[in-house]
Amino acid sequence: MSASAATRRHVLPGFGVSLGVTLAWLGLIVLVPLAALAIRPWELGVAGVIRTLAEPRVLAALRLSFGAALLATAIAAPLGLLMAWVITRYHFPGRRVLDALVDLPFALPTAVAGLALTALFAPNGWLGVPLAAIGVQVAYTPVGVVVALVFVALPFLVRTVEPVLRDLSPEAEEAAATLGATRPQTIRRVVLPTLWPALLTGFGLGFARAVGEYGSVIFIAGNVPMVSEIAPLLIVTKLEQFDYPAASAIGLAMLLMALLILFGLNLWQRALRRGRA
Amino acid sequence: MSGAAIADPRSLRWLAIATAVVLTVAILLLPLAAVFAEALRRGWEPALEAILDEDSLAAVRLTLLVAAIAVPVNTIGGIAGAWAITKFDFPGRRLLITLIELPFSVSPVISGLVYVLLFGAQGFLGPWLREHDIQIIFALPGLVLATVFVTFPFVARTLIPLMQEQGRDEEEAAATLGAGGWDIFRRVTLPNVKWALLSGVLLCNARAMGEFGAVAVVSGHIRGQTNTMPLHVEILYNEYMFVGAFAVASLLALLGLVTLGAKALLEALARRRMGDAA
Repeated sequence: MSASAATRRHVLPGFGVSLGVTLAWLGLIVLVPLAALAIRPWELGVAGVIRTLAEPRVLAALRLSFGAALLATAIAAPLGLLMAWVITRYHFPGRRVLDALVDLPFALPTAVAGLALTALFAPNGWLGVPLAAIGVQVAYTPVGVVVALVFVALPFLVRTVEPVLRDLSPEAEEAAATLGATRPQTIRRVVLPTLWPALLTGFGLGFARAVGEYGSVIFIAGNVPMVSEIAPLLIVTKLEQFDYPAASAIGLAMLLMALLILFGLNLWQRALRRGRA
Repeated sequence: MSGAAIADPRSLRWLAIATAVVLTVAILLLPLAAVFAEALRRGWEPALEAILDEDSLAAVRLTLLVAAIAVPVNTIGGIAGAWAITKFDFPGRRLLITLIELPFSVSPVISGLVYVLLFGAQGFLGPWLREHDIQIIFALPGLVLATVFVTFPFVARTLIPLMQEQGRDEEEAAATLGAGGWDIFRRVTLPNVKWALLSGVLLCNARAMGEFGAVAVVSGHIRGQTNTMPLHVEILYNEYMFVGAFAVASLLALLGLVTLGAKALLEALARRRMGDAA
């Protein structure tokens, strides 16, 4: 294999150019700027960074960002599974429209989504009025943050589960049915376990997007410090006060926490795949 | 299609479809409808007036300009990355893919922040830039850089899995027959990936034109100069010019809808092409 790999490497031209362009593109746009983020907070000293992050307002913002993102992705997971199931398994008029609309949060600019959700859930909005009647306020509360993040995370869940569901062979399900399993049993014991890795991937993608989300959230959140202020907004506030070290400390903490959670999900997923193999 | 044994009970099926439709209408379709309804609340005239306003038009021009620079940069980078990763064996390929996808896990606000840390007044290169009278933050270069960062993975991400699947046989055959690198790419690889490439470029463009968080950090919000369309929407909204805000937002929503339609069309074309091949 290594011999064929070695000869292959020389068969096609363009290795040096393409790798060079790739590394320059990646280095200049992504790696060097991220290095600046990794360096900047430490001019405060380790104690200073800890003090910045331990400020009640910062802690509250981080808690809201991560808590709301995890909750929203957890809500989006079953909803996304249902959507993927309906799109791949059933034929009904309007299925293609439904399929296309799932991508709407990908294609709709975040500020537009934010404005739209605010208009919808505001006390005088189409959904705000009936919700107010039953005593639920969504706009300008942490609930609004979660609603916006469900909107953002949903397509990631649908689009990662969908291909697996489509490729699932009917034989396993048929075998289970032949052996006397009821339909719900088959779904729980046969279908769901094969979907877990894809669900985790989708959860990771949706969470990564939700936790850093800014545009869809700030309009509906109300942005009350300690209550409905998300961490990215606090970074913007610190920047506006020219407090670069504090802004970068919060940014670095957010990024590292998010990457740690994604890494954990990745390990979990690998363990699942190994367990099934 | 499949046996009756694994067909879901009729009641379950209709319940699932109904729930999915209600969900789609409530959390996807209604927000979209709300944008247009708010824009047209007082009829067409105020909405059109808001869009044809001088500052709005300047924002449209700036948004188009930023996308016209950012999208080609990521298209060229994405093609180069996909070519290097899928056509050659070298150590660190998986790491390279992870790094290329990294910007998707970075908050847009942080994507803007990193450039402020580099090029801002108190940034690492700030003093040097000021000495040489070069402005990056609160100017076009900053907007472009932040936009390139957030849309970085789109093209590479759509190309890599497809090119991996297609292998290298066709390209190697062309190389054996004496074709040069550029000819191989243009005549062999490109026809095989063109629909995926277009779809990646389309999504990249939609995000580039609609990006808000990253450009909000580097823009400085100077009307008529560094205000892109999404930023203009925010300014109008904060000034309680709701019709104007929603009118410009409608324009952006239309961009999103056109992108969705074009993407669906490309997917249909790609499917038909695969059907022809089979």
